[in-house]
Amino acid sequence: MATGIVTASYIIAAVLFILSLGGLSNPETARRGNAYGMTGMLIAIIATVCGPQVTSYAMLMLVMLIGGSIGFYAAKRVQMTEMPELVAMLHSFVGLAAVLIGYATYVGGTGDMEGAEKTIHEVEIYLGILIGAVTFTGSVVAFGKLRGMIDGKPLTLPGRHWLNLGLALACLWLGSSFINGGGTFPLILMTLIAFGFGVHMVMAIGGADMPVVVSMLNSYSGWAAAATGFMLSNDLLIVTGALVGSSGAILSYIMCRAMNRQFLSVIAGGFGSSGGGPVAAIEGEVNPLSPEETAEALREASSVVIVPGYGMAVAQAQNTVYEITKNLRERGKTVRFAIHPVAGRMPGHMNVLLAEARVPYDIVMEMDEINDDFPATDVVLVIGANDIVNPSAQDEPNSPIAGMPVLEVWKAQTAIVMKRSMASGYAGVDNPLFFKDNTRMLFGDAKQSLDSVLKALQG
Amino acid sequence: MKIAVPREVHAGERRVATTPEVVKQLIKLGFDVSVEAGAGAAASYADEAYAEAGASLVADTRTLWSEADIIFKVRAPQDHPTLGCHEAALLRAGQTLVSFIWPGQNPELMDKLAATGANVLAMDSVPRISRAQKMDALSSMANIAGYRAIVEAAGVFGRFFTGQITAAGKVPPAKVLIIGAGVAGLAAIGTAKSMGAIVRAFDTRPEVKEQVESMDAEFLMLDFKEEGGGTGGYAKTMSKEFIEAEMALFAEQAKEVDIIVTTALIPGKPAPKLITAEMVASMRNGSVIVDLASEQGGNCELTVPGEIAVRHGVSIIGYADLPSRLATQSSQLYATNLRHLLTELSPAKDGNIVINMDDEAIRGATVIKEGAITWPPPPPTLSAAPKKAAAAAPPPKAHGHGHAAAPANPVTTLAVMAVGALALWGLGSVAPAAFMSHFTVFVLAVFVGYQVIWNVTPALHTPLMSVTNAISGIIVIGALLQISTSGFMITLLSAAAILLATINIAGGFLVTQRMLRMFQK
Repeated sequence: MATGIVTASYIIAAVLFILSLGGLSNPETARRGNAYGMTGMLIAIIATVCGPQVTSYAMLMLVMLIGGSIGFYAAKRVQMTEMPELVAMLHSFVGLAAVLIGYATYVGGTGDMEGAEKTIHEVEIYLGILIGAVTFTGSVVAFGKLRGMIDGKPLTLPGRHWLNLGLALACLWLGSSFINGGGTFPLILMTLIAFGFGVHMVMAIGGADMPVVVSMLNSYSGWAAAATGFMLSNDLLIVTGALVGSSGAILSYIMCRAMNRQFLSVIAGGFGSSGGGPVAAIEGEVNPLSPEETAEALREASSVVIVPGYGMAVAQAQNTVYEITKNLRERGKTVRFAIHPVAGRMPGHMNVLLAEARVPYDIVMEMDEINDDFPATDVVLVIGANDIVNPSAQDEPNSPIAGMPVLEVWKAQTAIVMKRSMASGYAGVDNPLFFKDNTRMLFGDAKQSLDSVLKALQG
Repeated sequence: MKIAVPREVHAGERRVATTPEVVKQLIKLGFDVSVEAGAGAAASYADEAYAEAGASLVADTRTLWSEADIIFKVRAPQDHPTLGCHEAALLRAGQTLVSFIWPGQNPELMDKLAATGANVLAMDSVPRISRAQKMDALSSMANIAGYRAIVEAAGVFGRFFTGQITAAGKVPPAKVLIIGAGVAGLAAIGTAKSMGAIVRAFDTRPEVKEQVESMDAEFLMLDFKEEGGGTGGYAKTMSKEFIEAEMALFAEQAKEVDIIVTTALIPGKPAPKLITAEMVASMRNGSVIVDLASEQGGNCELTVPGEIAVRHGVSIIGYADLPSRLATQSSQLYATNLRHLLTELSPAKDGNIVINMDDEAIRGATVIKEGAITWPPPPPTLSAAPKKAAAAAPPPKAHGHGHAAAPANPVTTLAVMAVGALALWGLGSVAPAAFMSHFTVFVLAVFVGYQVIWNVTPALHTPLMSVTNAISGIIVIGALLQISTSGFMITLLSAAAILLATINIAGGFLVTQRMLRMFQK
């Protein structure tokens, strides 16, 4: 296939990718968007494979077949509650691929390049490997944390900021020695340092900040692809990498804003380990409630808002939630869902779980859409959420989560909070909501409690 | 510490400052409670019930007062009819009195109480802030007064409240006008409404319109622009023009309605005269006016405080003791208000109280601290008025679709752009043409991505991540371009990269498809 046709195919693929992301603005068009993405990818791969540079088809077919089947299997088998893990794992693959391609390019030699051109090429290789390596180990650690294989608490080494700075300086120095003809050694050393940096960066971030980390790694994987594009002078890679990179960056920004945190302070890590000053102790008694009483309260309410959190995902309770929703809607009640942007462990996590349970998406509301409606709501059911419904974000200036936008569930007539125990949330912050006069606590595993509530509703 | 609850000595007062139920809770908080014998009798709380709850009964009033650390009362201290001395004389330094005081209206009483050197907390001075609602005895009492006002009116009124069509003929529903939709007014609206009457309400504060309408009553509007919301959720005095317009409305309504309940009060001032003698005369025979402001001079010109006066065939109820007429209920609510206040005063729950003048609620209620008058308190910082609540509105909107960050300082923006441009020129001066063309593509793609992603709905953020994951598998092209280059090392590295990237592509797209299929209406 002629080079011109390959380039034209790349343009088509790039346009299709943009359309694919644009389609996600609405659930109706999203499926078509995904189809655009697949078509784009297919065109790009076929064009490349048919291009003049590719000859070893047998090898290629074999590898792609294996890779494709693994991907297919993973996509079919994954539980919706495990989406964050899958996404983190996929990020690590992009990162590792970027590292491998970088090395392959390096081994392939710089050819006949000279002067500034050669320098820039080497900088590209260096950067591509660096970003790829950080993405790889960062994603692996994120995967471990999400899986629970690694402790979710932030690891705060003494002087960790200095450590990070030192690593960055070392990378700079190694970079200059690599460009000045240092050979393979600085490159390998840098890769090891970047691996270490990725591990340390994600280890230092607490579980509550996971949505930011996942979207940040998403962004990195894009930049890694873009760097590879520069390295290989391939515009399609550059465009796609830039699209993905900015997408992840925006998601990180949205997540940070939803927690009222600075991006840099999330990355610097150690969330929850330092408050701004003494936090007023919370006093009062909690009012426990039985599942039967919860069903009674729901039966008497005319408008109900359900606030799901990570606890719902852990307990796999989304289907029961849907059954309860259906039951209440058949009784003519208004039932809606309120989703905080950082509910769960990745952006949009709760929406996917509710969609899996067949909850219609038009009753699933964003925080801004529903926050003003709480005063007119009879019962709010908080399922396994904590920090996102914590009133101290608004009225306790010394709280570590002060200023974070939260769902104002305490303004409803009654807030029923389902919790396993009185332990504090991921941010390690006490929640005065539990002690409010109009709050009732339903203790126990979310799934079992909700099953009993459903039984009481049906019975 | 020991809490004493004396019998109320005010003539006709039936309330008592604690109930057996609350006694139990006070004891749980670590306090001892003694109750004067017969204190709860008029409110239907027997001495035995108090004793059973754990209170000790004391027959002698002087002993009761002298042994106590804290005294709970309803009415402000006054001359004791049997002891022949003022109740204030029973108080001594170190004791704390909690009761209604009305410090604004009773300066002499305040001096007398201050002279004893005791602490005095006035339940009428608890500030109207959200946190202090549970100890707001004025609201509790107003609620009862509003309910009782309708019950009293119904007792005098010669007809049904509700409309009925019976075999014996058609009965029109009674029409009730409530003036002042505060706590008492709203309670009256609810009560009259539940008895089937047609209810209208008027208030100078337009923000209560919604509350009135939420109770299914009609809110009478004046075609006049002036807001009546003062500090602390109370009304303020209105301009002359407003009052004239208001009076015209009342005169017109008086001819139409059967029952008028007036609850208009302005803090620290005599009650405004809203119902004139002519208006009373224009009402139908048998109509009823309940004047809840009678103690402050009355909203109606013809009100006789404490009595039912019949003028021009209209019964004007001027009882000032409506809460006392529902003594069981009002004692229960008042006692609970007191318990909440005590809980605030005793943060350690060890049966000792601390008067913490830094606590806004306690500061407001404390009118005398160790013999020094501390009334009036500084104005409340947080008002219940919706106007101020709006000022403390929720943080700025989080999701701005289509438009990104908050507008930055223009100087900063310019500086950033200038630095960016300089950096670009610097790069352009050394970099080869090929690199710059790639760089152009890169920068444009970042901007396109930026614009496109802001339009993605938050509900689809997870599919967005998985689809971007899939398309970042485009990195496979890099490996594809390398794999056929000679050299075992390169082939191996590229093959591994292709493997990983293909997993990404297949996994990413398929899982996205699976997720998107689940989103349904």
